[in-house]
Amino acid sequence: MKPVLLWSDALIFMLVVALILFFYKLREDPQTRERWGQVFSSRLGMVAFTVILTYVGVALLDSMHFRKALENPEGLQTEEIFYDNQVTSALDVMLQGMGDRFERTYSSPFALISFEKTNMKDAQGNSTRDYPALLHAGTHLADPSDQIGDVMAKTLVALLWGLLISAALIGPQWLLLRHSSSPWHATWGVQLMVICFFTWLVSISHHYHVLGTDKGGADVAYQSLKGIRTGVLLGTLSTLIMLPIAVTLGVMAGYFKGWVDDLVQYLYTTLSSIPGILLIAASVLLFQVYIDLNPDFFSIGMEKADARFIALCFILGVTSWSTLCRLIRAETLKISQLGYVQAAHAFGVSHTRIITRHILPNVIHIILITFVLDFSALVLAEAVLSYIGVGIDPSMGSWGNMINGARSELSREPAIWWTLSGAFFFMFVLVLAANLFSDLVRDAFDPRTASRRSEA
Amino acid sequence: MLSYIIRRLLYAIPILIGVNLLTFTLFFVVNSPEDMAVSQLGEKYVTPEAIEKWKVKNGYDKPLFLNDEAGGLGAVTETIFFNKSLKLFAFDFGRSESGRDITTDVSNRMWPSLAVALPTFAIGIWVNICVALMVVMFHGTKLDRWAVLVFVSLMSISYLFYIIGGQYLVAKTWKLVPVSGFHPDGQVWRFLILPVLVGVVAGIGSGARWYRTLFLEEANQDYVRTARAKGASEVSILFTHILPNAMIPILTGVVVLVPALFMGSLLIESFFGIPGLGSYMLDAIKSQDFAIVRSMVFIGSILYILGLILTDISYTWADPRVRLN
Repeated sequence: MKPVLLWSDALIFMLVVALILFFYKLREDPQTRERWGQVFSSRLGMVAFTVILTYVGVALLDSMHFRKALENPEGLQTEEIFYDNQVTSALDVMLQGMGDRFERTYSSPFALISFEKTNMKDAQGNSTRDYPALLHAGTHLADPSDQIGDVMAKTLVALLWGLLISAALIGPQWLLLRHSSSPWHATWGVQLMVICFFTWLVSISHHYHVLGTDKGGADVAYQSLKGIRTGVLLGTLSTLIMLPIAVTLGVMAGYFKGWVDDLVQYLYTTLSSIPGILLIAASVLLFQVYIDLNPDFFSIGMEKADARFIALCFILGVTSWSTLCRLIRAETLKISQLGYVQAAHAFGVSHTRIITRHILPNVIHIILITFVLDFSALVLAEAVLSYIGVGIDPSMGSWGNMINGARSELSREPAIWWTLSGAFFFMFVLVLAANLFSDLVRDAFDPRTASRRSEA
Repeated sequence: MLSYIIRRLLYAIPILIGVNLLTFTLFFVVNSPEDMAVSQLGEKYVTPEAIEKWKVKNGYDKPLFLNDEAGGLGAVTETIFFNKSLKLFAFDFGRSESGRDITTDVSNRMWPSLAVALPTFAIGIWVNICVALMVVMFHGTKLDRWAVLVFVSLMSISYLFYIIGGQYLVAKTWKLVPVSGFHPDGQVWRFLILPVLVGVVAGIGSGARWYRTLFLEEANQDYVRTARAKGASEVSILFTHILPNAMIPILTGVVVLVPALFMGSLLIESFFGIPGLGSYMLDAIKSQDFAIVRSMVFIGSILYILGLILTDISYTWADPRVRLN
């Protein structure tokens, strides 16, 4: 085993550490604590947050990459270890080979036979045309008609295991937090469902394809799970790249005014007047030309796809800072008129100190709201960009690529609906949770809605 | 007001120059014409002669900014910057990399785009405002809370699924309208119904939620409380007090989009096979035709700036207190 650290892996782990430190620091501020308390005092907030954390957890597991050591062929006497060209992740290990069970082509969920007929030879050597049996589905069944009973029995066993694991994980939380006033029972419910679902999925995937297989015969449920990392990383990394640009320019424009303000305003008006999708498409295409012309930079295929992915995050970040910049500029303009900033000026406090001590802490809520709001928009944008052909590299699993590959298959007879459903379900749950959570965060942190609530 | 508009138009010039410089940098400096030639010709046929031939054919054989060889005015005009970027200001878009005249293409394809985008836009606004007003009427009840949840759920569905689902249900299963296509005479509406319907339904979630927030912000103002105290009915409060006063924020969000309707919708047009500007852009992106992308970027920025000016003008119409100076 040899660990592989892709650029996007390094970035996401750095981001996680930064976020934890950031919230650890914020913890000391009583006002922030009160606002977070408000977000988590609602059951909806707890549920949405648990769902988001689950997705982030899966994404992080999927970001721990390594290359498996290959067993040396027999008779070869050497100390050198050879590594697999395929990159495996911790998630793949946990899914116990779900992604390695390929079929020939399409097969519907829980099917035992393929979706398309092929030419086969029977025992007597006669050529027939029939639906071939799947390689990895129901091979343990003596009689195909036992399938329903078998699925039921396996589900029951898996659920029992799920309950057992949940008890081990949720039990300690219950012991610690049962007297807390926050609605912890909501997150325990979600945790229970998530754990049971995953144990069921992993154990039943040994014997069936829960969501069928796609054109290339890959397991759809596995692909949908792999799409989680792409979606989560794109949503966070792009915002991470956008934030420093928007905050620096916005604060500078609002604080220094004059020609700095004119320049920043000119920059963001120019940028936002260009149709966003064209700018993104053009930049991605240009980067693609660069990758194609310099193939020597990347040692394994995964690194190439990863480079394109990071470029996409970068491009999305660089082209989307204008909205946040405008908001921060306006807020900074307002704050720098206030008495305490004027007083700081009068005392001769330096610009950097005024900005870091008085301005930045007061625009944090805008940054936070934008971060959560943009996340869901970016996850949705990924699907559209992949459809246009300027999104994620096709070799890297993503929901957009799944939709793109399956969009015309609904017109078949019978329709192939499972690939689209898989992508739809996993994407919808993430975006919905993020949207609901961002609503709550905005309600708690936006002074306008906060004042309205206190009046009511 | 006229002087204001003229001032705004003049202010647009530096922005357009900025757009131009940015696209120029992207297309010619970051990515040299050689790179483009290589990727357009494909790996197999790359010889120095072929690259040179491609550059001459497409007009990329000149220097970027200054041509020392050509004397006099030619030093400025015989350059890529002048020919490919500055000529856009005269609406001279030149030829696409496959040799078609871009100006003709754009003027032909504008109308199908508009035929889809305009009804979608108008009906969309009408439906969203109606739904939002209805929800605001029930503000504070369970119905309101459920409606918001439904809006957020609708928002969380990717646009692609609305299109795919719409085509599957309405066109394939119920066979009410053709799945896709466009025919410019007679029965054109048959091809327009589904794209417009999909566009409107896909917009309800975010649209109605946004209008609801706007209306609620007005509903908390003092004048509404006064009106209620005077005994005005809820319906008249909604229509004669809240709606007119919410006009300014509505116009801010809506008018800026009007000129951009000419550009059409990338996704709708490509899924429904409508020969508009949206599918034109998509084809250009897919075939890496940078000449078209450049022209469309320029047209898009002009329309956006036009939208900003129209927004300002619409304020004077919606709110008599606003004077443009």
